[in-house]
Amino acid sequence: MDKKLKKGISTCILYLLLIIGSIIMILPFYWMIATSLKTSSEVLKMPPMWIPTSWKWSNFAEAWKAAPFARYFLNTVIVTVFSTLGELVTSILAAYAFYRLEFYGKKVIFSILLGTMMIPGEMLLMSNFVTLTQLGWINTYQALIVPWTASAFSIFMFRQYFSTIGDELYYAARIDGSKDFGYLINIILPMSKPMIITIVIIKAIGSWNSFMWPLVVTNSENMRTLSVGLTAFITDTGTNYQLLMAASTFIILPMIIVFLVMQKYIIEGISHAGIKG
Amino acid sequence: MNKKITLKSSLKAYLYLLPAVAVIGVFVIYPLIKSFFMSFYVKYDYFKDKVYVYGIDNYKTVLSDPVFWHAMRNTMIFVIGVVPISIIISILIALMLNSKIKFGGLFRTCFFMPYVTSLVAVSIVWRWIYHKDYGILNYFLGIFGVHPIAWLDNPDVSMIALIILSIWKNIGYNVIIFLAGLQTIDKQYELAAQIDGAHYFKRVWNIVIPLLSPTTFFVAIVSVIGSFKIFDEVYALFNSGGGMAGPSDSALTVVFYIFRKFYGEWNFGVASAASFILFLVIMVFTVAQFCYARKRG
Repeated sequence: MDKKLKKGISTCILYLLLIIGSIIMILPFYWMIATSLKTSSEVLKMPPMWIPTSWKWSNFAEAWKAAPFARYFLNTVIVTVFSTLGELVTSILAAYAFYRLEFYGKKVIFSILLGTMMIPGEMLLMSNFVTLTQLGWINTYQALIVPWTASAFSIFMFRQYFSTIGDELYYAARIDGSKDFGYLINIILPMSKPMIITIVIIKAIGSWNSFMWPLVVTNSENMRTLSVGLTAFITDTGTNYQLLMAASTFIILPMIIVFLVMQKYIIEGISHAGIKG
Repeated sequence: MNKKITLKSSLKAYLYLLPAVAVIGVFVIYPLIKSFFMSFYVKYDYFKDKVYVYGIDNYKTVLSDPVFWHAMRNTMIFVIGVVPISIIISILIALMLNSKIKFGGLFRTCFFMPYVTSLVAVSIVWRWIYHKDYGILNYFLGIFGVHPIAWLDNPDVSMIALIILSIWKNIGYNVIIFLAGLQTIDKQYELAAQIDGAHYFKRVWNIVIPLLSPTTFFVAIVSVIGSFKIFDEVYALFNSGGGMAGPSDSALTVVFYIFRKFYGEWNFGVASAASFILFLVIMVFTVAQFCYARKRG
């Protein structure tokens, strides 16, 4: 009896802690949405109004029109899609070379690539800026996309994954007369779906949220991404918190929805990459 | 099985490597070398890409700049403030989620949510939460009798505001990694200890934590490196537009210093020198962690 009671109490404490923790994690999002639906006078009420009474949906339209958010969205989508696709193609090709092909300098090239994973991107900002200026790429999609279409991390992850695939299929494919490229496309790729999903997720989150690079390589309004555009929007909007929260909501909400739909893959992907990397 | 390396096989492989190596070569390896040289540019015209004088003046400038040391000190405070607390909290949460509970998936979703959202957007939400008069943080603190704190305007607390935001934002990632680590720990060890009748907390402390140490090591390395490079949070939370980092520069970090030298003052040489110093510091910390881990076996 005593033991049972003890267990009951500790279970209660466990749930209590988890619920408090979860509320702390979720509350900022709730507060953002609640504020975005208030009038400017309701925003400044103390004690805070937990549930908005006026449900001012027009805040969203007002915030949306206050800055070219449609353009920011479009830019961010373009950059995310193309840099993710680019990274997939370049890393799968390179990983295949390390996994299956024999060539001079294999070890050296692989070590150099691995070494680049240690270099913080911040160190490269200045010289990349000079390169982009000389190429005339400042304020272009190329500048936002091309430098991010390859990653040693992805190459490494794909190579690790490929090496778990047995040799038998390769020789079977060979007998069938399939060349390396055909083997890669028809056999390796379909088998690598989990790793492809992992890389796409990590890359897409990073690309969607990236800030410093787009801040540096764009300076015109119509090339801004969401993150950069949003910081400019704060400066212009000042203390209209209901508008700021409305803008934050339409940036954050799509991401939360994507996360909730894809969360099984996202969480598996992140833990996979964490354990392997 | 053993294929021979021939010129033909090599050329074919180089074709597969070309796209990745070209991009990494042009945008990582070349700029790394260039940045190294840049840090020794004393007189320089970046528009013409012409260097007139080389020297170590940039390093001297950075190392004798009190602002740089202020930034380094803040960055250290940030690393020390974020990494241990975040690791302890996330191990605790992971342990709780790993015990047989209902709604485990739902809790996990809650903890992970901030991680996938845009840092700039959540920073704006936190500006509102930190608001001195109308923010909910001060409201909750007020319930416990704490006077309103000017989180974003008082230089003494701006680093704390930054640390709270970062822990909140990144804890979900650590929890996920620790959960994955816990699942790889052999259940048998735990079972053996259970048969021995060891108390839950003893079991966790003596068996689970030591077995989890490779994961802890990984998380520590990733968090330390990430924390040393903190920038976005400072920019967005204090909306400095690249000017002051928080009230009277009180939240200035090293990367913010580098950014300002580069993008604010167009002083590429000093910015590069500062970035190499930061890189060295990160290296020293990472190597020290590796040595510590090896010593403990």
